Amino acid sequence: MSSILVIAEHRRGELRPVSLELVAAANELRAAGEQVVVGLIGKNAHAFVAAVSKEGVDEIATVTAPVEDFDPDVSEEAVRALIAQYSPSLVLIPHSVDSYGYVAVLAAKDQLGLATDVYKIAREEGGWVATRGGYGQKVAVELDFPGRSCVCLAVRSGSYKPNEAAASPTVTAVDVPALQARSTPLDYIEVSAGGDVDITTVPFIMSVGRGLGDEANLPRFKELAEQVGATLCCSRPIADSGWLPKSRQVGQSGKTASACKLYIAMGISGAIQHLAGMKHVETIIAVNTDPQASIFNVAKYGIVGDIFEVADALEQEFS
Amino acid sequence: MKILIAIKQAIALDEDFEIRADGRDIEEDFFLPDLNEWDEYSLEEAMLIKERHADTPVEVVCVTIAPDSADEALRKCLAKGADRAIRVWDESMEGSDPVAIARALAAVAKKEAPDLFFAGVQSSDHAHGATGIAVAGFLGWAHSAVVARLDYTPGAKEVVLKRELEGGLSQELRLPCPAVLTIQLGINKPRYASLRGMKLAAAKPIETLAPGDIGLATNDCGESGSLARVRRMYVPEKQRAQILAGDVAAQAKALAAIIREATGS
Repeated sequence: MSSILVIAEHRRGELRPVSLELVAAANELRAAGEQVVVGLIGKNAHAFVAAVSKEGVDEIATVTAPVEDFDPDVSEEAVRALIAQYSPSLVLIPHSVDSYGYVAVLAAKDQLGLATDVYKIAREEGGWVATRGGYGQKVAVELDFPGRSCVCLAVRSGSYKPNEAAASPTVTAVDVPALQARSTPLDYIEVSAGGDVDITTVPFIMSVGRGLGDEANLPRFKELAEQVGATLCCSRPIADSGWLPKSRQVGQSGKTASACKLYIAMGISGAIQHLAGMKHVETIIAVNTDPQASIFNVAKYGIVGDIFEVADALEQEFS
Repeated sequence: MKILIAIKQAIALDEDFEIRADGRDIEEDFFLPDLNEWDEYSLEEAMLIKERHADTPVEVVCVTIAPDSADEALRKCLAKGADRAIRVWDESMEGSDPVAIARALAAVAKKEAPDLFFAGVQSSDHAHGATGIAVAGFLGWAHSAVVARLDYTPGAKEVVLKRELEGGLSQELRLPCPAVLTIQLGINKPRYASLRGMKLAAAKPIETLAPGDIGLATNDCGESGSLARVRRMYVPEKQRAQILAGDVAAQAKALAAIIREATGS
């Protein structure tokens, strides 16, 4: 029987939410009679069975790994074994730092169809069609996979609404004897705010990006943020330069502006990684000189202009 | 000791770009090429290893799989101190996806036998995040993606690195060598090329190879060597912000009103 295989992701004992988005995607894409199988890989894979027992899942396949933490070789070999067991035409994997580490290796070695950072999937007569962004997300790129009987897609989180309804799928333990990790995990390191504000809790953020240009321009935005009652945050280049602490970085590798209701993006072009941390905010205002900047695709209001001029004028409004 | 670095001439698009007649790419006239931002960091990381361990000779070699338009990117790397630059191309490589590019990079690595292979985590244009790691698949080497710190002594049998995860979390781990590492932004502060470096770079040769020179057959390259095929590119319908009208004073007034309404101040 044909199937769609979903690889669930977990870290430090928690299922990552994107896993349930992929369950929903598989359920939406399945043909009549097609099975949806969720693969759980881990030292204690069974612990996540309840978390992925959702409507639309026919079977959960657990693979017991020799190591607690993610290892690319273990994941590669385990997913290979699951593919051999279930012969899926489609494998859905979260597009994440973990999958960055092994999906391309698996696809390259086994000559499987491959696309990453996919946000739309369609099934056509000729096979699977995946859509992703290209040229800095300025265009949409449709990919097909001629001649590939199995296609691996790493799917961008937030592309599908998660399936939350509980169900009781069959659980099968799949034995994969040859699993061996080459990496030796040492420690996890968490960016801590120290005594600084926790940006996941603040309602109003003013963020500066590459458009800031120079560290010398930072103080005036600090003052402006204070004046209007916002917490000053930033996009990656500002934190990488050390101008603001890493704990003030909004985005995929930084923090999510979870409690934010109002977000002013100053000189931020809107890389996909930044958007991941703020695009959910109800009111986003973007100021950027480039009218084509991606930030205007998520903003409610936009000003096409110079952040310094806008900052000066805004300061006058609040003085 | 040798470090091989994958280099890409990445493409930004000019305003008002147009889709190519066959609908599968953008008209080249609108291409604004530059060295991939991530590659600046992987080159810098290799240069730091070279400079920090002056007692061990470290050769830094850059390689790109691209037509001669990418020579500019390689020259930039040479100007920053790379020892050698290699470019592999012929028309059969047109239409290569990340895995076809990786196969060619791995073939160069087999020939060059480096101790470490670096690539950027992704490219600023298509951001697959797949090419560098796929090289590890073809070589069978240990690998780690999104490396944000690296401790390595030339000749050592392992590296200690920090992998940047999501949400402000990182993980430290040890990995045996030889290894393929994809390097993340912010791991270092890339240098600018000096005037002297640029002069030296202009005189250095770029070694050019065809796929056959590195043992690749025609069907290893281009679309036949790829796992995916671009069937269409288009500009998606996007929600756009409501642009605040007027001069900057009027814009600031409108912005202030939005702030006051949202914050109730």
